[in-house]
Amino acid sequence: MRFQPGNGGIPVQNSEAVTVEHEAHNPALLHHFADAQQQKNAASLGMWLFLVTEIMFFGGMFCAYLVYRLNHFNAFAAGSQQLSILLGATNTAVLIISSVTVVLAVKAAEAGKRKVLVGYLVVTVLLGMTFLVIKGFEYREKFEKHLVPGPTFQFTDTFDDNGKQIPVNPKETELFFSLYFAMTGMHALHMIIGCGLFSVLAILAWKGHYTPGYYTPVENAGLYWHLVDIIWIYLFPLLYLISRHS
Amino acid sequence: MSEHEEHTTHSQGFYLAIGASLLILTATTVGAAFVNLGPFNPIIALLIATIKATVVVLFFMHVKGASEKLTGAIVVSGFFFLAILLSLSLADYLTRSWR
Repeated sequence: MRFQPGNGGIPVQNSEAVTVEHEAHNPALLHHFADAQQQKNAASLGMWLFLVTEIMFFGGMFCAYLVYRLNHFNAFAAGSQQLSILLGATNTAVLIISSVTVVLAVKAAEAGKRKVLVGYLVVTVLLGMTFLVIKGFEYREKFEKHLVPGPTFQFTDTFDDNGKQIPVNPKETELFFSLYFAMTGMHALHMIIGCGLFSVLAILAWKGHYTPGYYTPVENAGLYWHLVDIIWIYLFPLLYLISRHS
Repeated sequence: MSEHEEHTTHSQGFYLAIGASLLILTATTVGAAFVNLGPFNPIIALLIATIKATVVVLFFMHVKGASEKLTGAIVVSGFFFLAILLSLSLADYLTRSWR
């Protein structure tokens, strides 16, 4: 039996004391955690709670989309036919590849490979920016075609249902584009935040802030990035792929 | 590193395989969108999206094999409350025409 500093003076078993003493060498370990693993679990749990609030935040928009789409299906399908499946699918692929580089970055951090870690973080930022650039070109096309909701919005197309032209109410298609810009815009904002986050991580990783004993920020930023990827995984079929089978 | 610290990550080949399968599923969902399946088009699209999301959550976000078991409960609760939001809203809007 002996007393550990930072343990509230609670006597600990000898076997544990050895571990705690060993872990105490880790400068990143805060005193109110028993060991590095517990500290990591707590951080991961907190991150997941934040991600759940993000799911509910986007869930509200998904719910609005679902309700309006069911009520104005033809107008939404006509609006959807204005989107480029090629660009949407390319962006999906870019995000999936970036998720792979993120998870490989976490692996490199766990193995303590500093330069590999920095490399994967930088590639992730570049892929995120590629996504945003492609999204920017899509937005520009929408502006040129007067498909941005507001006083300049114009929509004269019909819904092409297997060669059958069904006229639609442009006001309802405007609703589709409102939801399109709200959802993809909010997703793009998350991508911008993610790119900033990973840029900072890359700089800190280059300076050697992360060791195999402490790389929680890399792991948690990775969780965030994967969630943003998952949101796009749902946005892509819902916005781009309605009624394309004609 | 102490020996009781757990490795949650998998091999590089495993991650590349998961990434490749996600890309194949993306190609599948695009291909399926061009086939007329009637009311099954959105169902197939959402099913594939859910498979992709599940794969990302389990293997990229390391919920499968996580050392903190509470993580799984939080993930499930997140999607559970999302399901409540969507199902109760639709239970309202879809039944308004039942007059």
